[in-house]
Amino acid sequence: MTTVGSTLLERHRVRPAEYVYWIALASVFFLFPRNLSLATSIMVMSLFALSLDLILGFAGVVSFGHAAFFGIGSYCAAQLALHGWSEPISGALIAGLAAMVFALVVGPLVLRFTGLPQIMVTLAIGIILYEAANKASSITGGDDGLGGIKLMPLFGTFEWTAYGQTAFWYAFGWLLLLFIALRIVIASPFGVSLQGLRENTLRMRFIGTPVFGRLLRAYAMSGFVAGVAGAVSAQVNKFAGLDMLSTDRSIDVLVMLILGGVGKLYGALIGAPVYMLVHHQASEWNPFHWMFVVGGLLIFVVMFARGGVLGLLEAGLGRLPGGRAQ
Amino acid sequence: MSTNMLEARGLDKHFGALHVTRSVDLSVTAGARLALIGPNGAGKSTLVGLLTGQLKPDSGQILLAGRDVTSESIEKRTRSGLARTFQINNLFRGLTVLENVFLAVSERLGTAGSQLRTAKSCTEVIEKAEQLLKELELGNALHQRISEISYGRQRLVEIAIALSLSPRVLLLDEPTAGIPAGEVARVMEVLEALPAELAIVVIEHDMHVVRRFAKEIVVLAQGAVLARGLPQEVMASDEVRRVYLGGVDPSKSVMGKRRA
Repeated sequence: MTTVGSTLLERHRVRPAEYVYWIALASVFFLFPRNLSLATSIMVMSLFALSLDLILGFAGVVSFGHAAFFGIGSYCAAQLALHGWSEPISGALIAGLAAMVFALVVGPLVLRFTGLPQIMVTLAIGIILYEAANKASSITGGDDGLGGIKLMPLFGTFEWTAYGQTAFWYAFGWLLLLFIALRIVIASPFGVSLQGLRENTLRMRFIGTPVFGRLLRAYAMSGFVAGVAGAVSAQVNKFAGLDMLSTDRSIDVLVMLILGGVGKLYGALIGAPVYMLVHHQASEWNPFHWMFVVGGLLIFVVMFARGGVLGLLEAGLGRLPGGRAQ
Repeated sequence: MSTNMLEARGLDKHFGALHVTRSVDLSVTAGARLALIGPNGAGKSTLVGLLTGQLKPDSGQILLAGRDVTSESIEKRTRSGLARTFQINNLFRGLTVLENVFLAVSERLGTAGSQLRTAKSCTEVIEKAEQLLKELELGNALHQRISEISYGRQRLVEIAIALSLSPRVLLLDEPTAGIPAGEVARVMEVLEALPAELAIVVIEHDMHVVRRFAKEIVVLAQGAVLARGLPQEVMASDEVRRVYLGGVDPSKSVMGKRRA
């Protein structure tokens, strides 16, 4: 019989491989100076996937409409900048808060359900918001979106360069900061209780857990992170459009998370780059049928690697001397 | 005079045309060792559901330590001191034994919502969980996942979770169901060593367990209380024998059947 260490209570421990990840990510700046824009987009989507992992991977809440929060963050950041609030960090924070407020408003509806009805409700919310944004062209620019965003230099010093150097570090900073915040959250008693809720909600009620309140808090936090991701996207691309609210984007982020591995945080950080790089390469190979490749990859992961790419990596590392499988 | 820790007054419940709970009155005092028995379909599960808040009664009242909790949720009743175990183990199977009890203790001590400290730093929670598990002789299984330990030991984890909530009333739903005879003895020892002041209701089919543990028996039949009294009185009642076992003396029976 294997004796597995208490993984939940040890979540706060930083493993050496984690430093490798962040150093590798930072080194992209130096190794691929011509691809900073793609790298920045990948980090934005990684942050978005992280937000989904908090509710799906840790609390077991399924969302097919998570782009709603991303889109609200985008439009909010864009509108702030267009109305003269051009300081980016506070702009992203305000946008994150706006998405969080939206999560607090729709959360009570979404969290009343589980399973298929929950999927349908989140999908419906996403679609309604998309259509509302399409109609409200005075706020969102409709099909044309909101362009012409101008931002103050980062920290008042670093100009937003054409090759995206500042944008790269800006996205990197947000990703690292919110990753650390989420890591603290999931290693806390609150995070452990989310895991309990995912495993067995009824049993949690019978230990006295205020289930709804706790899920709503996680949902709001997830909304905030997704909102910041959307804001960063609008800020670095100088554009916010309907695409940011679309169901496609909700599905994309879900696929990224499943590819990377659900419920591990790093799954989000690995799934987004894998998905986007495969997408990038496959669409160069064939701009019309690249989804074949992504679809095939997803089928492979679902059939043979339920823990996602990260699960495969962990299993592989576990076989190395000194490696540790979870 | 002992106080009523849990009380049901005139509980009624229908499922469609089916009248499953009929004007049930029940009182459980501090220190009670009450067995709730009855044939299959007598309404025991429904009654437990009503008492714990999983089901809402059509009419009637439920009081916990004198306070009306009829409209309160499961979690609120639990926080007010009503704990239960399940007939079929209902644990966090992917988590370790320690983590299972950690969840309950941290909820009880009010640290479960905290986000800015690590779970590992909650030493008061971990120590209490470990102490409880060691008392139940589960100290050597702390870091094993639930799915890795025997069913009988899982039963003890159920009890550990319930006890970690520092309950005033404990509902034990067939605590020896589904475990091998060797492990029944261990579970019985644990049950007999529970704090004397705790009010305990045990729903049980195994009459050996009932005879050994209960100081009082309530018999349910067709949703209503058929008899209530000392074990020897209830088991000697002709009516109980007739309804419960078709004339067989329940004191000589170990019912093989499991209730629905």
